[in-house]
Amino acid sequence: MSGNGNGLYSKALLFTLVATITVLIGTFVTMFYPMMRDDMHPKLENLKPFTALQLAGRDIYQREGCMNCHTQTVRPLKGDVLRYGDYSKAGEFYYDRPHLWGSKRTGPDLARIGGKYPDDWHYQHMANPQAFYEKSNMPKYDFLAKKKVNVSQTVAGMKTLGFPFQPNEIEELKNKTEMDAIVAYLQQLGTAVAKKQVILVDEKSVEEKSPIADKVKAVAEGERLYKIECVGCHGKNTEGNIGPAFADSARTDKELFVLIANGSEGAMPGYATQFTREQIWALVDFVNSKKNK
Amino acid sequence: MNDYQYDYQTVKGFIVSCLFWGVVGLLIGLLISAQMWNADFNFGEYWSFGRLRTVHTNVLAYGLGIGAEFGIFYYLVIRLTKRPLVFPKLARFHLWLFNVGILLGAWSLFMGYTQNVEYAEFEWPLDIAVVILWVIFAINVMGTIFKRKENEMYISLWYIIATIVTVAILYIVTNLFIPSTLTKSYHVFAGVNSANVAWWYGHNAVGFLFTTPILAMFYYFLPKSTGLPIYSHRLSIISFWALIFAYLWTGAHHLVYTPLPDWIQTLGIAFTLFLIAPSWGSVVNGYFTVEADWSVMKNKYLTKFFIVGVTFYGLQTIQGPSQGIRVISSLIHYTDWVPGHVHMGTMGWVTMVICGSIYYIIPHIYKTEIYSEKIANIHFWIVLIGQLMFSITMWITGVQQGAMWKMTNPDGSLKYTFIETVLANYPYWQMRTFAGIIFVVGMLFFLYNIYMTIQKGKKEAAAKLATANA
Repeated sequence: MSGNGNGLYSKALLFTLVATITVLIGTFVTMFYPMMRDDMHPKLENLKPFTALQLAGRDIYQREGCMNCHTQTVRPLKGDVLRYGDYSKAGEFYYDRPHLWGSKRTGPDLARIGGKYPDDWHYQHMANPQAFYEKSNMPKYDFLAKKKVNVSQTVAGMKTLGFPFQPNEIEELKNKTEMDAIVAYLQQLGTAVAKKQVILVDEKSVEEKSPIADKVKAVAEGERLYKIECVGCHGKNTEGNIGPAFADSARTDKELFVLIANGSEGAMPGYATQFTREQIWALVDFVNSKKNK
Repeated sequence: MNDYQYDYQTVKGFIVSCLFWGVVGLLIGLLISAQMWNADFNFGEYWSFGRLRTVHTNVLAYGLGIGAEFGIFYYLVIRLTKRPLVFPKLARFHLWLFNVGILLGAWSLFMGYTQNVEYAEFEWPLDIAVVILWVIFAINVMGTIFKRKENEMYISLWYIIATIVTVAILYIVTNLFIPSTLTKSYHVFAGVNSANVAWWYGHNAVGFLFTTPILAMFYYFLPKSTGLPIYSHRLSIISFWALIFAYLWTGAHHLVYTPLPDWIQTLGIAFTLFLIAPSWGSVVNGYFTVEADWSVMKNKYLTKFFIVGVTFYGLQTIQGPSQGIRVISSLIHYTDWVPGHVHMGTMGWVTMVICGSIYYIIPHIYKTEIYSEKIANIHFWIVLIGQLMFSITMWITGVQQGAMWKMTNPDGSLKYTFIETVLANYPYWQMRTFAGIIFVVGMLFFLYNIYMTIQKGKKEAAAKLATANA
């Protein structure tokens, strides 16, 4: 085999051919063959192509390297589904060229971010993430609000991808900032699949009055949780921002509990997957402690 | 021995270039490591993590890694074929084009021109340049191999051929993007299919840019620096063919639990486990080579670069396949465990063997001895400590992150909010920055040693010339 000078190892051309065929076998079975199958090109019925504004946003998402810290695929695992929502379906990504599934979650997954928060949340959070989470490591993207969308690049992209668009859509694009575009992109992510919060609280099971209101530590625990998760929308001192101030809240204990647990479509995400009943009651007690008496 | 003068200008040029890009890439690495634990280290549009992370990976993978491979391959090919390159001037052009390419590549990523396929980020005009670059390299190396003066091709040449062919296939297929403007393009492949192509590429880029080329170096420089022949030629043959066959099946282990059809994932995982065998074939071959006389570990300073390097290759190729298994993937995928894994490979295996090879080549082509074995030993220990600290802290925090993401309260709700799982990493990320600084200090010892060796060689040559003329 070796040393006699006649084998494969002394015939460079033959060796190169054999090596090429060797690497092409796995390439064919795992890459080329699947490409010819229908299950690699699925499309959900209510999945829509990107609008011009959304595509402009996606281009910005790519340009800024968002996928270096954010994935866009929810795994069919308990932790993932609880935290982010329904697991990702193959047919959701038909218009994604390339896919942006990512490989690292320095920040949370974004596959189901669309509609989770109101637009204002994204505008403010993109500009200053630290106002929402004090020690967040996300860079500030305030500069996006100062830049106009690159209209010609977006139109070229729409044409390249064959997405339908109206002339007035392009006209409107001229007044949009890059921040408008990226928010529009984020807000459609994952919306082809019905929203699903794994744990929902049945209103009938909720007490009228906080059962832990008389516990000394309830308000303190509520305040701790509030500081972790809620300051962005309701303000450092519950003075209100995107969400209302607590001082003039007229909600009953039960109403507050259900709102925090199940959220309110387009206004506030539900926290029943994130907090225990006791923790939610502690938040209710904290809200009550801030009400004008 | 040979009746011609070896032309080492291109080899020298690539080595100096790769060291330059190495320093650039490492410094950016330090900056982004600090950005991980303090957002204030992001400075505006250009100096932010999202852009700089790709500058870091591309400059180190292509500037340092491939740069070193080009230089060292030119050296290996002319030694192993016992003839000059068929097109020496083309090789000079290759060197020039390479440096322009890396410069433009780094600049373009900094500007945000990116395809967003990991390790194939360069936009389409640069992709064309990369293909031209690779073709130039391939023509020269393959041409020289075809016209070799030594009948039998040594193991290193097999790995070089496999690298050239496979990288060409990988790069061209993955970079099939339709341009919309000069700086923007869209993947020919969409969604699930795009992901499958991207990770077929992503994993094999690691295989054929960081495994086969480094094995080519390993099989040449280990015997050269120890004076011991490779233990088993038959084992090298089996390892080679099994490795290049199995590698191409494994990309889908990066897509475990994604919407990619399960059978592709499972096939990927199965072949990944199989890959342990040929990987360890080379590890065992290396160990048994030195088994003939372990005193070389002590007496010949270079031996440890290759033996410790191949040890990390062995650990890497055990850890990698275990990460592919579904149950382990579910815990550590998307966490900092993975950068810990990658950096064991790049810092412990790739950089270690490249440094060892450069330590061998530079004195050899300047016809002198290494400036200081002592500094080389200091370099070795410092980078080893830095790399271990880096990887171990990332493994710990990765497991912690994965566990915190999963943990639930008795009622089934999540125990930790996402931001809490992020903040728990900060002490480890800070330690990682510290580990990175240690590694960079070690590399500075290396650079100093190489610089002084070149100066020493030049001085000795000048002195010799002076005596000859006297």
